[in-house]
Amino acid sequence: MKKSEIDYGRRKFLKVSYIAGCALLADIYFPGCSSKTENKNRRDNLCAPDAWIKIGSDNTVTVIVNHSEMGQGITTAFPMIVAEELEADWSKIRFEIAPAAEIYKNPAFNYQMTGGSTSVRTSFNILRNAGATLRELMIAAAAKTWNAAVSECRAENSRVFHRAGKRSLTYGELIDKAANLPLPKNIPLKKPAEFKIIGKRMPRLDTLEKVYGSAVFGTDVKMPGLLTATVVHPPVFGTKLKRFNSGKTRALPGVRDVVVINEGIAVVADTFWQARQGMEALEVEWTKSSGENPDSEKISQRWAKLANKEGKTIYKIGDVDKFFKKNNNIIRSIYELPYQAHATPSPMNCTAQVRDNRCDIWGPTQNQDAVQEVASKITGLDYASINVYTTFVGGGFGRRISADYAAEAVQISKKVKAPVKVIWTREEDMQHDFYRPASYNVMQAVLNHKGLPVAWMHRIVGADHLAQRLPERIPLKMPYKTPRLLRNLTEYLSGKLVSPVMAGMHAKEGAVPLPYNIDNVRLNFVNDDPGIPLGPWRSVSHSANAFIVECFIDEIAALTGRDPYELRYELLSHDPHMRNVLELAARKSGWGKPLPDGIHRGISFHEYHKTILCFVAEVSVSRTGKIKVHRVVCAIDCGIVINPKIIEVQMESAVAFGLTATLKSAITIRKGRVKQANFDDFPILRMNEMPKVEVHLVKSTNPPTGIGEAGVPLIAPAVANAVSSAAGKRIRKLPINLN
Amino acid sequence: MLTLRVNGKVHHVDVDPDTPLLWVLNEQLGLMGTKYSCGIGECGACTVYVDGENTLSCITPAGDVEGMEITTIEGLKGPVADAIRQAWIEEDVPQCGYCQPGQIMAAAALLNSNPNPNDDDIDAAMSDILCRCGTYQAIRRGIHCAAKRYNHEKK
Ligand code: FES
Ligand code: FES
Repeated sequence: MKKSEIDYGRRKFLKVSYIAGCALLADIYFPGCSSKTENKNRRDNLCAPDAWIKIGSDNTVTVIVNHSEMGQGITTAFPMIVAEELEADWSKIRFEIAPAAEIYKNPAFNYQMTGGSTSVRTSFNILRNAGATLRELMIAAAAKTWNAAVSECRAENSRVFHRAGKRSLTYGELIDKAANLPLPKNIPLKKPAEFKIIGKRMPRLDTLEKVYGSAVFGTDVKMPGLLTATVVHPPVFGTKLKRFNSGKTRALPGVRDVVVINEGIAVVADTFWQARQGMEALEVEWTKSSGENPDSEKISQRWAKLANKEGKTIYKIGDVDKFFKKNNNIIRSIYELPYQAHATPSPMNCTAQVRDNRCDIWGPTQNQDAVQEVASKITGLDYASINVYTTFVGGGFGRRISADYAAEAVQISKKVKAPVKVIWTREEDMQHDFYRPASYNVMQAVLNHKGLPVAWMHRIVGADHLAQRLPERIPLKMPYKTPRLLRNLTEYLSGKLVSPVMAGMHAKEGAVPLPYNIDNVRLNFVNDDPGIPLGPWRSVSHSANAFIVECFIDEIAALTGRDPYELRYELLSHDPHMRNVLELAARKSGWGKPLPDGIHRGISFHEYHKTILCFVAEVSVSRTGKIKVHRVVCAIDCGIVINPKIIEVQMESAVAFGLTATLKSAITIRKGRVKQANFDDFPILRMNEMPKVEVHLVKSTNPPTGIGEAGVPLIAPAVANAVSSAAGKRIRKLPINLN
Repeated sequence: MLTLRVNGKVHHVDVDPDTPLLWVLNEQLGLMGTKYSCGIGECGACTVYVDGENTLSCITPAGDVEGMEITTIEGLKGPVADAIRQAWIEEDVPQCGYCQPGQIMAAAALLNSNPNPNDDDIDAAMSDILCRCGTYQAIRRGIHCAAKRYNHEKK
């Protein structure tokens, strides 16, 4: 069905649609069978009364998930939410990843994107409503079949029962009748106390294919006539291709073409290995950069100077100046954060087939609308002629919100007139990321006679990732049928007008507002962009700012001889929910109780988009300065818990992901290029370095918040605070290096 | 022409013998379960068995393993493999899942040589297989669970 044919007004979230008719994650992709018009006729045995749920005559329930599965468990959480209201038989639940379509835009951004831990938060009620509506529709269909009153019927386990269970029909048996009935309206949703599936440790629906090696990731896409390409990008940021000689490359077996694209140069071959050999044989000359090449050390020195500037005031409460002028009980510290790479386990990749009047794209994207937008720009096709099929994502962490790899696949396929799979080498992936911004931070606080901070000043020097990325994001918010010209103009103007104003607006996230009861707070931002490409990195600005804030709070505690937990407890007196989480972590970790020799504790507290967390880390430091994290206790209030098991492992995941950045790896810039290239110089946390993680959830009936990113900001400060106590010196830089 | 024995089947492939085994598996034989992540022997995503030994297929030229018995995740079978898979399902070990074929190959190899591994044995056997999603503790739980299951079934 054409996206434009979807009637949004009539049935808000419920619509007739026969989307994703062919098995999206099948081994071989047949582009033809997913065409939107063909699917319209694929009624088969499927009843699809809305965009989110399909019921088959075999009584299977398929939940359409409009978020990418990158390990966070969304293809289990969404089906659980649906099944709860639908009264579905869990053993018959399936999932499909949604295609790109306007109805699937993420309400948090207004484009179809997986990020910001927004999926459950934004979809909870949409999915519950869809499930409840369909359940009532099934009941109505059964009642009609039996000539009975609706009130005499009830649904359970994908089946409608009449009265005391004398007669029953499965949902699958009811779909034909249901298809002709009007959709019931205004159905009350269950109260949390009535939940049977939500809150349970339901098994993940994506495990089976992942343990047999049959799960289809982007690199696993196959189709007849598929060529494989790999891309070389200009190693120095801000430079371009000057000239190249592809003679040796073209002479190699299997090499089909060498293609210049906007981002660099691509070698197209029958196989990846041939393309890679071809890439090595290429003789390429890049342009010289116009100015001085950025260099991490020099950037840091420049930022230290710029830190004397006032910068732009981004956030302000109370009157900070009054306190700083009058007081001399001031504490001041400098915190520095490096660039960070996403290092997704699967390097960037994407498959595209451009034909005269359509473009099909298969890949591990976190941002289907960005993929459509780049494809539309390159091919000139409108969104209705572009199809995006999302595979399993081999690690996202925010990297795949950009669509640069998709743009490359589309350009190459267009040029060579064949389906093309682009696979980057790890080296290209590491050196052409959109990095978590580095920053230089001046922290200052005025302490009162009790040693409590009464005024707080945070100055960030650096660049804001959103100021860089915003121009390409804003057009995604527009309706699908917006003409190209208007989209391009919007992008252009966003770059000119919005980006400069935005600088700092996102960099402040996680730094302010403080969770703590401090009446006078100001955050200033000194904008200085050295031109390193920036992007969201799991938990975005929070990953840096929680480290800074939480370590600085600990400094204040240390200076005033207070217990770090007690200080936070005092500063959270205004918020019982927050205090509750803090107390839970302290209790479960045995805060204040004696520890074995050589083990030290560190605490961190943070709020991430309404998810409240507290971590306590137990750490030891060897005589040679080697840091070992033994145990991490996490307390979380994330509202209604959908699946506790998934939250637990997401915390383990956050700890592991965050520890790599805390203890092991960073991106440094030397002479305008990234120094690191692979896992030998950007080491990833290993099994023997992984601490025990204990997770304690606060029982709550508040709406669910997010968990995919929420844990990441807390691990660095919890560990750094423990190391500070173990090593007797404050940690103000990551990754921690005691030597 | 190379002759490769993969998962009990003999394949004749027309490929440069220097091509890493990983790409021959993926691109010539269509066995996609073995994954590329680093290509330099640092991550273990491409782990297969060659004559029963854990081998990093991204740095192993296909020509070097001609005639040897190669096993990939698709061909991993037997009671240990079953126990591992069952445990992985029970514990829901995978997150993104990309590293999991390598993890499962390494875990099965460990259990085959040591049916009762303790945490140190697990660290020693598994620390070369990276997981950016941090499923390490789940893997540990999975291996303990598989060991129990396997040893119980043997009795
Ligand atoms: S891909 Fe072979 S070790 Fe990383
Ligand atoms: S499960 Fe994602 S890398 Fe291991």
